[in-house]
Amino acid sequence: MSLFSKQSKEAFLTPLFTNNPVSVQILGICSALAVTAQLEPALVMGISVTIVVALSNVIISLLRNTIPMRIRIIVQLVVVAALVTIVSQILKAFAYDVSVMLSVYVGLIITNCILMGRLEAFAMSHGPWESLLDGLGNGFGYAAILVIVAFFRELLGSGKLLGFEVIPQSFYEAGYMNCGLMLMPPMALVLIGCIIWVQRAIEAKNE
Amino acid sequence: MNALRKLLDKMKPTFSEGGRLSMFRSVFDGFETFLFVPNSTSRSGAHIHDANDSKRIMIMVVIALIPAMLFGMYNVGYQHFLAVGRLAETGFWPVFWYGFLAVLPKLIVSYLVGLGIEFTVAQWKGEEIHEGFLVSGILIPLIVPIECPLWILAVATAFAVVFAKEILGGTGMNVFNVALITRAFLFFAYPTKMSGDQVWIRQDDVLGIGEGQLVDGFTGATPLGQVAASTEPVAQITNAVGEPSSVLDAVVGLIPGSIGETSVIAIALGALLLLVTRVASWKTMLSVFVGGGLTAFLFNVGGMESPVAQLPWYDHLIYGGFAFGAVFMATDPVTSARTETGKWIYGFMVGMMAILIRVLYPGYAEGMMLAILLMNLFAPLIDYCVVQRNVSMREKRAKSVNSKI
Repeated sequence: MSLFSKQSKEAFLTPLFTNNPVSVQILGICSALAVTAQLEPALVMGISVTIVVALSNVIISLLRNTIPMRIRIIVQLVVVAALVTIVSQILKAFAYDVSVMLSVYVGLIITNCILMGRLEAFAMSHGPWESLLDGLGNGFGYAAILVIVAFFRELLGSGKLLGFEVIPQSFYEAGYMNCGLMLMPPMALVLIGCIIWVQRAIEAKNE
Repeated sequence: MNALRKLLDKMKPTFSEGGRLSMFRSVFDGFETFLFVPNSTSRSGAHIHDANDSKRIMIMVVIALIPAMLFGMYNVGYQHFLAVGRLAETGFWPVFWYGFLAVLPKLIVSYLVGLGIEFTVAQWKGEEIHEGFLVSGILIPLIVPIECPLWILAVATAFAVVFAKEILGGTGMNVFNVALITRAFLFFAYPTKMSGDQVWIRQDDVLGIGEGQLVDGFTGATPLGQVAASTEPVAQITNAVGEPSSVLDAVVGLIPGSIGETSVIAIALGALLLLVTRVASWKTMLSVFVGGGLTAFLFNVGGMESPVAQLPWYDHLIYGGFAFGAVFMATDPVTSARTETGKWIYGFMVGMMAILIRVLYPGYAEGMMLAILLMNLFAPLIDYCVVQRNVSMREKRAKSVNSKI
């Protein structure tokens, strides 16, 4: 298997759009609703999940021939849990504010369906290099959706981006108001729906 | 009438397939069927024909809403002039004119945005224009406070039409009442413009009419808002200048509230028309009042110690949006239950939930909107249960007859 064969390219590129874990497979919705009220936690969450998916994919892929089939889920969980704990501790040490904002959702990466899905469907049957690309692709695909949703939610919900005021004060004086509903989870669901809508419209056009 | 028909016939080829303006075919078609009952009949199968198609049903509801709207306009002026202390010196027409000018922009914005989206979608998908927004367009301005900014109203209308109706398949396919989704969106997205005591009475002048300073001791809270905020066991309801407000005021409608919801008399006129023409179901309407009245009565006699629970049950039915919701929203044929037994259950639950939300959830002074939206969700389930029960009953009967033979 060469480094940049068609297959490995596919493993990286398809999860970004045509087989996106959130907008096509509808996985990881729970965390997508919970951490996207602001852009910063969404970015951190996206990066964390990317790292965990990529590394656990590689580890499981290396172990795939030695894991007994009967206990594979437990082995996968141990690997993921270990990685998530490391990520969580690093966040607490170097980005305490964000880790407080993310609260339990870092820990809940363990139960994120995207992880178990990739491990079961891909890493158990592919080599480490491909698994790494697949993990990165899925992580980025997940992060991309989170960032898009969080961008709109923070912009329209609190008039900020990454904590900076971007909507000028003159707008507010002219009567503009932030949309409070954007800060509530239902609106994240509507926004994800819109992303799916746009994506399907593009795909329908391409066919 | 004939001249109009001739004009339409003359214009028709331009809009038909191959004509110069064929891209606007659905717009033309929409207006033609709006003015005349289509002269075409189906070519296959057995169909029941009735001149009472959905456009005419919608128009009936719009007509039924006109008393509430006109009174709402007058009440907007009345509350304003009361608040600036110039009511005694102002005649009927300036008061009405003030309210008319204050409400009209909301009506225009609501129709412009809603119909704009409907027309665009219909053109884009090459479908007929649905008439569903005729009613929603007049309902929306009537269920918002007068001080709700126009751009917010436009955003909410667009949201509701797109996400509560068009993506589900347009008119007749919506799960929730579109006008109520608009209101719910406003309520949760811009709470400061939808609740509290600053939005129900317009304080500025309109085009120079009705200038004046607010009187001392001005309070803009609705009766239900006052009850919810009351610290005494039995709430004292006052009008905008702090004088006690009687039940008669509420029946006539001279109280602060959403534009169209205040007058029980105007709503009753609309209800009468809807019932006489059989556009709305009397079962749903009646059972909403029964459910609400009974629940409120149980709270009255149950001895719960709060001003809302101790508000007399008939006051619950005339204050706030209860009557308006019961007559115009709960009876929406698309989103309510369709089976006859289901209508009773659905209406009763709407009334009950509205009072439960009012009494048990102090954050929401008004519960009608959420009650109807909640029951919209349950209407298909109610219908399913009613139908299934009927099926199993008939099955049982058939078996018992068979066994006798």
